[in-house]
Amino acid sequence: MGDSLGMGRFRFVVNEVFQGVARNLTMTFAVIVTFAVTLSLLGVGLLVGAQVNQMKDYWYDKVEVSVFLCTADADSLNCSPGGLTNKQRVDIKDKLQSLEGVVESIYFETQAEAYERFREQFASSPIARTASIDQLPASFRVKLADPESYQLVTEAVQDMPGVDVVRDQRDTLDRLFVALSGLQVVALGFAATMLVVTVMLVSNTMRLAAFARRREVGIMRLVGASKFSIRLPFLIEALVAALVGGVLATGALVAIKVWLVDGVLAQSFSFTPFFGWGVVWLAGGVVALVGVTLSMVTATFALRRFLKV
Amino acid sequence: MTEPQEPFITFEEVSKVYQKKSEPAVSNVNLRIKPGEFVFFVGASGSGKSTLLRLLIREERPTQGRVLVDGVDVGQLKDRKVPRHRRKLGTVFQDFRLLPGKTVFENVAFALEVIGRSQREIADRVPEVLSQVGLYGRERRRPDQLSGGEQQRVAIARALANRPSLLLADEPTGNLDPETSVGIMSLLNNIHLAGTTVVMATHDAAIVDRMRKRVVELDGGHVVRDQTRGIYGYG
Repeated sequence: MGDSLGMGRFRFVVNEVFQGVARNLTMTFAVIVTFAVTLSLLGVGLLVGAQVNQMKDYWYDKVEVSVFLCTADADSLNCSPGGLTNKQRVDIKDKLQSLEGVVESIYFETQAEAYERFREQFASSPIARTASIDQLPASFRVKLADPESYQLVTEAVQDMPGVDVVRDQRDTLDRLFVALSGLQVVALGFAATMLVVTVMLVSNTMRLAAFARRREVGIMRLVGASKFSIRLPFLIEALVAALVGGVLATGALVAIKVWLVDGVLAQSFSFTPFFGWGVVWLAGGVVALVGVTLSMVTATFALRRFLKV
Repeated sequence: MTEPQEPFITFEEVSKVYQKKSEPAVSNVNLRIKPGEFVFFVGASGSGKSTLLRLLIREERPTQGRVLVDGVDVGQLKDRKVPRHRRKLGTVFQDFRLLPGKTVFENVAFALEVIGRSQREIADRVPEVLSQVGLYGRERRRPDQLSGGEQQRVAIARALANRPSLLLADEPTGNLDPETSVGIMSLLNNIHLAGTTVVMATHDAAIVDRMRKRVVELDGGHVVRDQTRGIYGYG
């Protein structure tokens, strides 16, 4: 093709884009805001997903199964009045040790140790003063070789005499993860809805832009401008809107990291790690890529419909 | 010029049926136009003269037959080759089709910018073609500061900017008063004398009678008369 993409041509295209944006200022603004909101929601979905993975990695390794043993006044069917016998305790320990490949280590926490821990945990609460040693159960703390196989441990010991209750920390964590995943689904669901809205808005904006520039387009066709050079100003307009939207969305993700995660959550929940900056930049990149792809595909289809070449 | 010459434009048994209408817009048209000729297409509205021009710029494809321009079968041209074809033609219309926000200079430069000409070429060519149409010194005016005749001269300058070998004019004097029309026709005649093939559709009898050029008359899509040095009506 004889189309050279020299400086003069570049200046011409930039000029056309500016004119297009100026002519369509409210629509361009609407497109940018829609992109920013859509992509922010998508980014939040990604960040929540990253957080869930981060917490799973961190916590599943540390997960223990706690086998709480009977106290004197426990009312479980496995418990006999008078509490745990030594024989029961040894049987339970033998049973746990027999689970080769599942159990990594077993730690026995006595009632006295349980009481100490309880007092530490609730140091600031009046509850600490009301509890006595014999109310707190002794327990086996079982560290798992494979965190996924916690149910095997539960099944093996939960009906043995002397076992009050088997608690798996994973149950508690999973409830948290379900809640977080729910949040992720909601964010991604809104993002998907907004994505549809964005497609419709971009498509409509292209139609308006094509209509606003129908004189120019008619002359360009007439004098033999290539299809590419006729569409280029429109595509650049859509691209710029998507990129600005993407930058704003990344800004929103950075703000979430700085003020919400580092500023509030990490302070209040210091026991668990939060996603780092790498995840934020990755999400920003993904979001920008999605925005650019979306705008280019939509604009191409819209122009094919509204711009006769 | 030497005879015999290869025709520059050939219509070969060309028919065009627009989908919505059952009547063909043009029907079985055979026509040869030599390089450097000046030809009028005359006839009432709807006689098919604009359709012939639209076939030449590949705004439409023939339903049947072939349309050749400079050896190229225009109807068979692939979409991506159409721009290249249109660069060889200049086209002007009754309604001028200027960009109201641009100056005279910018309107002409636009036609060169969009086909990728360099700023230097544009700076050279635009004043040249503006002098050719008699608009030297009006470069900075906007279309609404010009008379109708001047606006049509800008449109002609734009059509000539890329040095086309064929100039198509669809009712170029349709919006102009008779005196102004004479000026435009003498400009088109000069362009013709400089070697450009000119095809003009019109129903302005006075102009056709004055020019004494080849006249092709259309009626209901058929060529009913083809006369060298003709007049508008039957002579």
